[in-house]
Order: sequence, then C-alpha cells, then structure tokens
Amino acid sequence: MLTRHPLDVVIVGAGMVGAACAYYTSRSGLSVAVVDRGPVAGGTTGAGEGNLLVSDKVPGPELELALLSASLWQQLSEELPEGIEYELKGGVVVAASEDSLATLSATAAGQREEGVEAHHLTPDRLRELEPHLAPHLAGGCHYPQDAQVQPALAAAELLRAATRAGALVRPGEEVVGILRSREGAVCGVRTTRGELRAPVVVNAGGTWGGDLAALAGVNLPVLPRRGFVLVTEPLPRLIRHKVYAAEYVADVSSGSAALQTSPVVEGTPSGPVLIGASRERVGFDRTLSVPVVARLAARAADLFPVLADVRVLRAYHGFRPYLPDHLPAIGPDPRAPGLFHACGHEGAGIGLAPATGLLIAEAIRGKRPVLDLAPFAPDRFDATCHVP
Amino acid sequence: MPHSTDDHRARETGCATIAVVGAGPAGLAAAVTAADHGLDVVLLDAATAPGGQYYRSPADGLGATRPEALHHHWRAFAELSSRLAAHRDTGAIRHLTGHQVWTVERTGDGDWILHAVTGGDEETRTAVRARRMVLATGAHERQLPFPGWTLPGVVSAAGAQAMLKSGLVLPGRRIVVAGSGPLLQAVALSLTRAGASVPALVEAAGYGAYARAPRVLAANPGKAAEGARFGAALARAGVRVLGHRAVTEVHGDERVEAVTVSRVDRRWRPVAGTGRRIACDVLAVGHGLVPQLELAVAAGCATRPGPDGTHAVTLDEQLRTTVPGVWAAGETGGVGGVELALYEGELAALSIIREARGGVRRQEARRAVALRRSRRRLRAFAALMGAVHRPGAGWIEWLTGDTEVCRCEEVTAGRIRSACEELGAGDTRTVKLLTRAGMGWCQGRTCGFAVRELAAVHGAGQDPGGPDRRPLACPVKLSTLADLADPG
Amino acid sequence: MRRTRARTPAELVGAEPEPEFRLTFDGRPIRGLPGQTIAAALWSAGILTWRTTRVHDRPRGAFCGIGACYDCLATVNGRPNRRACLLPAAPGDVITTQEGDGHAALDG
Repeated sequence: MLTRHPLDVVIVGAGMVGAACAYYTSRSGLSVAVVDRGPVAGGTTGAGEGNLLVSDKVPGPELELALLSASLWQQLSEELPEGIEYELKGGVVVAASEDSLATLSATAAGQREEGVEAHHLTPDRLRELEPHLAPHLAGGCHYPQDAQVQPALAAAELLRAATRAGALVRPGEEVVGILRSREGAVCGVRTTRGELRAPVVVNAGGTWGGDLAALAGVNLPVLPRRGFVLVTEPLPRLIRHKVYAAEYVADVSSGSAALQTSPVVEGTPSGPVLIGASRERVGFDRTLSVPVVARLAARAADLFPVLADVRVLRAYHGFRPYLPDHLPAIGPDPRAPGLFHACGHEGAGIGLAPATGLLIAEAIRGKRPVLDLAPFAPDRFDATCHVP
Repeated sequence: MPHSTDDHRARETGCATIAVVGAGPAGLAAAVTAADHGLDVVLLDAATAPGGQYYRSPADGLGATRPEALHHHWRAFAELSSRLAAHRDTGAIRHLTGHQVWTVERTGDGDWILHAVTGGDEETRTAVRARRMVLATGAHERQLPFPGWTLPGVVSAAGAQAMLKSGLVLPGRRIVVAGSGPLLQAVALSLTRAGASVPALVEAAGYGAYARAPRVLAANPGKAAEGARFGAALARAGVRVLGHRAVTEVHGDERVEAVTVSRVDRRWRPVAGTGRRIACDVLAVGHGLVPQLELAVAAGCATRPGPDGTHAVTLDEQLRTTVPGVWAAGETGGVGGVELALYEGELAALSIIREARGGVRRQEARRAVALRRSRRRLRAFAALMGAVHRPGAGWIEWLTGDTEVCRCEEVTAGRIRSACEELGAGDTRTVKLLTRAGMGWCQGRTCGFAVRELAAVHGAGQDPGGPDRRPLACPVKLSTLADLADPG
Repeated sequence: MRRTRARTPAELVGAEPEPEFRLTFDGRPIRGLPGQTIAAALWSAGILTWRTTRVHDRPRGAFCGIGACYDCLATVNGRPNRRACLLPAAPGDVITTQEGDGHAALDG
C-alpha cells in the first residue's frame, strides 16, 4: 500500500529510541511514520529496567548525552501521563572496599566537573539512604540525577503523543528494503505491506540496527550483548534508590565478550524488586543461563541480605545493542544520503533516548545540533573494518 | 539383551538413564515401564504422593477406606502404584516426591540437569542429571474471566475436585458447576456423591457438536458410552444439564449467593434477555485444561497450537519432542485425558528403551504398534473434544470494563482494552508490559489465555504465536539461586 | 466410581481419620485432620477467604486448588505467601489473614 500523504521521515523501530525520534520529529512539524516488524517496545525496550542514569558514565560524549537526556526526561515526565512511572529516585553506588571507594571517588570528581551532582557517602550515611544494605561497606556515592521510568509504557506514551502530532505508527510491518533514488539518495523503505516513500529514513532498529544498515549497503557493527534480569515477588519499598556496586561502571565499559556480573538492584512502584546486571556476548541465545542467574542472585543477596528469603518469580533476558566503542550511532550517514542512525545505545537506550530523538530531529531539519555529533558518527568503524 | 555402552556410562557417572518429570498417569506409566525393562529412572514430582491431579487421593492420615469412590479408572492407578512401590524398593526408580523442577539445563555432553526445589519453608535445592527426559508435566485448568469471578465462593472446577479428592472438603453445599468441557461432568458427579447439591451444570458448548465427527465417535465407542453413563448419572443425581449457556454474572456481597445463567449463541455470545438466576453458595467453573509447558519450552522443544486453542509440545509417533533426548507424554503433548496419558507414558518409555538399547524385543515392538494405534484413535477424539469446547470468540462479550482479568495484579478488561486501542498493544507480551496483566505470582497461568484473546480482538493481532515463556517454572528463593553460584 | 450418595466426603470414602488437632485462624480455633492442607482445614470450618489483595484490598481464598494460581496465599506461623492449598496443616499452626504483599513487617 502506498501512502498518499507525502512523508518527511520514516523511522524504523518502535522501541524507546524510535519513539523518542518520532516524538521530537513529529512535534517539530515533520510528517512521520514509524514501522516495526514487531509490537511497540517489543525488542530491548521491553526487556529493560528503565534506567535513566548519569552515574555510570565517565566524562566524555556519552555523559554529555546523558546529562541532556536527564533534563529532557524531566520535561517529558510533566508532558506524559503519570503511568510512565518516572521517578527521580537517585542512584546510590556502593563500594565494598577502601580501594574501590577511592576509585569511585576519583570517578565522581571527574563527573562533577562535567556537571554531575555526586555526593560522597560515609558508611553511616549509606545506611541512612538504604537501611537494608549489607553492613561493613566502605562507603559510596549518591547521584540525585539518576532516575527510572517504566520503559514500555514510556515508549508507548511517546508514540501516542507522536500520533497526536500526526505521526503514523505501524507495528507488525517489517522493512525488507531501503529505496534509493537514481542519484543514490535514500528515498524510503520497502516493507512487507508495501512502500513508504520519504526523503529521510531513521534507523532506530536497536540491536537489529546493523541488519537495517546492511539493507542500505552500509556497515554498522551492532552486536547483541545479553543481559538477564530477575524479578522478585511484590515487596514494600525496601530499596529506595537505584543501587549498584562500583565495579558496574567497569563492567559496562568492558569490551570483553565474556560474562560480567555486577549487582544492580532497585525497587519498582508496582512492588517487585529488579535484579541485574549481566553482560555477555553470546549472540541471540534465548536459553536461561543457570550460572548467570545464580551469580546475579548471589551478588544481590550480598548487597541486600534482606532479599535472601524473597522469592524470584521471573527471569528474563534482553539483548543490548552493542557497538565496539560503547557509544551509539547518532546522525546522518554520509555513505547513504538520507539515512540517519539512532541505535547502538547498549544498555543506556532508555536513558539516552530523548537526547537522541532531539538531536536526530535537529539534524533532519538541518539545524546545528546542541551537541557535537562527531563522536557518534555512524561511519566511524569503517577505518577498522576496511578490507584492503 | 545386551546393554549398550550408553547404559553403562549412565550408571558410572551417577547420571540416570531417564528422568521423568511428573508422577501423574503419563509419568507413572513411563517410569514404571522403563524400570520394568531394567533402565534406571529418576521420577521427580511436586506432590508428596504419586497420581498427579487426576489420581489425587486423600492423605494417609485421613484414613480413606474407599478412595476409589472418588475416581474413575482407579484399577489402572492401583496397578501402577504397586509396580512403582516394587521398583522403589529395588532402587530401580528413585522417586523424588515434593520436588518441583524449576528449570532444565543441557550439559556440553548432551545430558540434562534438572534443577529442583524441595522442602517447603526450608527450601533446599537438588539437581538431577539424566541422559534423557520424559516431560509429563500435566495441565492446569483454563479460566475465562466474567463479572464477579473474583468473589469468594467462585472456585475453579478442577480445584473443587482436587480439594475434595485430597482433603475431603467442599467449599459449600449448593454448587453450580459451569464452563465447558467433559471435566465438568465428572466434577458435578463427584460433588453430588460427596453430599453437595448441584442444581445445574452449565455448559457453554453443546454436546450435540460431537456429532460433527461421526467417524471419530465410531472409532471411540467407549467414549460415547462414557458420555451416556455420565448423562444418566447426572440425571439421577438431580443435576440439570444446561447446554449453550454460561454464567454471565455472580451475585453476592461478601460471597456467592446466586449466579445469572444466560443463553449463548454458537460463538458464545450471550443472548440478551435470557438471563436466569440460580441460587447457590458456590460456583465451580472451568473451561478445559492448559498444558504446562514451562520445562518443554526451557529445553527448546517446538510447540504447536491445538484445536482447543492451547499450545502443546510437538511430538512424533515415538513421543519424541523436536529436541534430542527429550520425550513428552500425556497432557504436555495436548490435552487428551487419562487413558491417552497412560498409553503415551508407556509408549514414550518403549521408545527410550529402543534408543538406549539399540532395539527392543518382538513382544515390545508389537506392544508399541498396538499403543500407537490406540494413541491415534484417542488423539483424534481429543482433537474433536478440543474443538467442541474451544471457547467461542463471543466470550469476550461477557466482560464489563471493570471485570478483573488478571487476578494477581488486579488488571481489568478495560485497562487491557485501552492498552490495545490507545497504546498499540496487540499481543500478550505487550499487554503484559503495558498493564502488568500476567506479571504477578501466577505469571499469567490463570489469565494467559484470556489476555491473548483480548489482545487479538482489540489490538492489531500481532501475536507471534507460541506459548508464554516462563524461564522459572515456579518461584525460587533468591538464596536458593544464589547457592548455585560459583564461589568468588 | 461407586454409585453411592453420601452426606459428606468423609462418608463417601469411608474415612477413618487419625485424631483431629487444633490450629487457629485470626485467633479463632479451628479443627484440622492429619494430611489436610491449610486450605482444606479452612474450608472445613466454612472459611473461604484468608487474604486481601494488594491493589484493591479485596478478599481472596483458594481458587485453583492445585498450586497454580497463588490466590490462596496465606500467612502461616508468621511467614507470608504460603500456598494454603498445598501446605499441610499441622497442630498449632497460626494462620492469619494476609494483607497485600504480606511483607509489612519488612517495611520500616
């Protein structure tokens, strides 16, 4: 089916990043369609915990993106319904040893210079913020800007808002080809239901963004990095912040394919406690890994002994879209004029989505983006991938 | 008969030749048959006594001198039980009662590790290693929501039966039995025999629909005769059988006082103005059974949708799943009843014996041929039964916006509808993510079917197919999981 | 199945139970028989509900009867979220109506 109304932008992917791109582009007056082969939030978004973090990012381009996003999320929380469960709950990073605390403090000092609020926590203060934490921790750091959102609801509400601004949302429609003009410019997509013509195509395909790039004939080496989450029985609000161990930051930035687990524990408004975080590159393997789940459980029980007797009702997995330098691809692709990328956010896609959406909208409209897009250049991997 | 090296290897490494999960009719038949032929078997079951849901019987302390009074096909069970006892004594079967398997894991050399929890309060973990698995995990009852179904006094029909069989108790004195499927007849009869009055058996489908497949009926004369016997017994017990009707409302403030029964059309849409009130203190309700597939899905077994609208494990004639080393029998492969389960359990065991030993004797080969023939006949009947009682799409019209669909998370039909119509959900997973339906303690076992149907009607119908995934087949304590972690 | 019609389930199966014992529900003594589950003992006493829900504070009791639906969660001897339809009753058991998630004791 050919759309009669001319479109300005086709966004491929109805996850959190695609939803944010749809929101900012449609509200800037562009005519937008969103297609996804699955349902809304059907990929990594639906498997996420909804972390909106600045605390786990070291100074650099990703932190700038996170800080911009944090302020955008605050605005969005006022514009979208309360159902998205936005909570400016703050993060607490915990150090078990003096060494670990020293490293954490040094990281925090660097982050403060970039505008991150970070407060040192003595063991006593730590217990005040999180009374159920294990004893004998060396200390920690409090990050009041860290927040949480229910990611599937947030994506769905952003898409609903985009729809009100005129966007078309078409789940269950898979993109099978990228249309190119005689001059080589991207001019739309071919889907399982027909063609959607538009001068701009945004790749918000998340973990599957590399496949979409390949349809356009360009290389974007997105790989899945699997993570498991454990969900407990409903509990009272035992855990007030997003709490994680200091080594989590190192795990996030590790390039290794091997398994890393560091405890990340948080309560939710509906009661269950969510327990992460594991990272491993094992392709799209969907089988439950008993050793990974066991390690997550062990580390969470170490951090919060109160959880030992609590029952885990569910375990699920997601595939983070991993790019080799841990930075997303955001912006126009010089190799395929008209193609923009907004994917590869790894485990930070929910948090970084609004900034990504805003930058994409600005770039499409030819405005000078508020952040420098060079570190996120989609073709930055070509030099290393070049085959002579 | 020569033992294969495979058998020797199994014994040496403390790895059973077969692990059977579930000690209901299918699992019992499989375990006992395999042990009869000299294979070493581990039988894991969540209950404290064998029998599964069908052969639930009063606990020893209740001193039932006639437990068979609550059962059909008791002789087959009594015979299997005594063979099980004999094999337990010789050590041929290790029967792990009170063991709930929460996941299965494949090792590098193709063995299976079955992780179980046991011990109630002081939950402890066990792991059993086996060369092969037979999944005989049974089924639970399918429920459809309707206004008032969360009121105290509304119980599941199979639940009333289970509580009666095991605890010798009734939830009330005047019990309306409603829903769809042949189980309801058995439940209504049991209740009347145990002293309750059952003013009505309300069946949404019509029994006349069985006549659509005369060949299947002709091949299963026993089934037709059983139906006739049930009908006569229900009439003698004073139970009015109301076909093409459904309970569309439950009345009462603190607990059930009456129900409204309405006529439904072929698609199960209630016909306006046909509601009649029937006084009762309990409503026992159910709409067929749903195979429990958690472990099969965890093992990677393919599933297929059945004519009854549920998913079941895909099996070949040897009861093999699509995953090497994994067999399934009974309701796991599609709801079909006790007789079929008994045949399938035995057939699965014979198939494993053939594989483990590299062949079977002529006598067993002949037995397998006969079993396969019976299985085909009964599977045809099960398919007919499933199609007759599959909920018609019109059941959705029973609902009001404030009818709770997910009992655990208290999610109403109205919220599910708006998640579909306003937020774009069109499949079970997305509805779950957007409303929490199916996210509670039961993990969607109770509301799963209803949510899928609602999403299909109100949403864009993007259900990817396949059963719900529940990587943990039951809740497990965090400390139990933690205990499995490598030190350090 | 015998074509008998009994007045009670116990009569139907000719039950000759071991001696009964006492347990309490919300402080009120009730009788239990060896081998009965908590839910069976409660039903015997005419009690159908022993939990209120988290969101709307609605009463619930046993529903599926086989441990699949978790509607029958009860607080037994101070431990919340026990499946009453599976848990055997024991002499002296203290059963209390469970409110919400049952973990109020942890909060604070």
